Amino acid sequence: MTDTTVLLPRRSFFAAAGRTTLSAGAVMLLAGCGTRQAAMAADPSADANILNSALGAEQEAIAAYQVGAESGLLSQPVLDLAVQFQGHHKEHADVLAKIVRDLGGQAVEPLASYDFPTDQLKSEADVLRFAAGLEKGAVSAYLGAVPLFAERELAKAAASILGDEAMHWAVLRCALGENPVPVAFVS
Amino acid sequence: MTSGKASLAAAVLLALLAVTAAAAAAPLGDAAPGVAIYERCQACHSLERNRTGPKHCGLLGRPAGGVAGFSYSAALRDSGIVWSKESLERFLEAPLTAVPGTRMGYAGVKDPQERADLIAFLAAAAPCKD
Repeated sequence: MTDTTVLLPRRSFFAAAGRTTLSAGAVMLLAGCGTRQAAMAADPSADANILNSALGAEQEAIAAYQVGAESGLLSQPVLDLAVQFQGHHKEHADVLAKIVRDLGGQAVEPLASYDFPTDQLKSEADVLRFAAGLEKGAVSAYLGAVPLFAERELAKAAASILGDEAMHWAVLRCALGENPVPVAFVS
Repeated sequence: MTSGKASLAAAVLLALLAVTAAAAAAPLGDAAPGVAIYERCQACHSLERNRTGPKHCGLLGRPAGGVAGFSYSAALRDSGIVWSKESLERFLEAPLTAVPGTRMGYAGVKDPQERADLIAFLAAAAPCKD
C-alpha cells in the first residue's frame, strides 16, 4: 500500500469507507439465520458459549461508542462515523444473540454499567484511539474464535464480522493520521 | 561400570534431557514484545478494569475465578487453578481444552515464544490499585 490513502481528505475517506461496509442481510445470510443450519451445529452448547463471548464484547463496544458519541469531543464527520460503527456492532450483537438462542442457549445481556477509562478521554484523538484499541482487540477475538466453531457456517459468520471490525480499525487509524493497514496479517 | 552405576547414569541423563526438553518447550519470556501480544486480549480484558473478561492486574498468584465482583463460569471458578507461569502456559495455549466450559471463547496463543512474552508482560504488570 502506498501512502495515498492516508493523504486523502478525511471527509472523502470516510464517505468511501461508509460504502464498503457489510449489510445486515449479508451477515444474516452468512450466519444461516432463518434456516436451521445453526441449530445443526455438532456441538451447539460449545458454539453458543463462544458466540456469547463475542456477544459480550459487541455489547461493550456499543456502550463504548455511545460514550464516545456523547462525549462532545467528536467533530463531524467523525461523529457520524462513530454512530455508524456503533450501528454495525448493534447488528452484530442482534445476529449473535439470535444464533445463541437458535442453538438453545441463553444470550448474555449487556452489563448494567461499563467501567470505561473516561477520565483519559480528553480529546477527539483520545476517543479515536480508545475505539481503535477496542476494534483491534475485536479483530483478534474473532480471529481466535473462528477456528473453534464446530459449525462451519458460524465460523464463516464470525469471519465476516472480523472483516467489518478490521475495516473499523483501519478507518479509525486513518482518522488518527496513522497507517490504516500497518501489517499484512492480523493476529 | 556396574549395573547400579549404569542405572544411575541413565537416570541422570534422562533427568537432564527432561530439563532440557522443558526449557525448550517454555522459552524465556520478554515483557516488551508481550505488550503487543496483550493487545489481542483487549477485546475483552484490561489490566485495571473488569470488562467482558476479568482484569489482569495481580494475576500471578491469584486463584482462577478470584477477582471479586466478576461473574465467572463455574468451570473456571471450580478449576482449582492458581495462576502461575506454568498454569498460564497451559491455559493460554488452548483455554477451552485446559478448562472445558470456560467462557473464554478463544483458540489460544499457539506460538510458545508469544505465550512466554505474554506471561512475562502479565507478570511484570503493576499490582491492582484497589
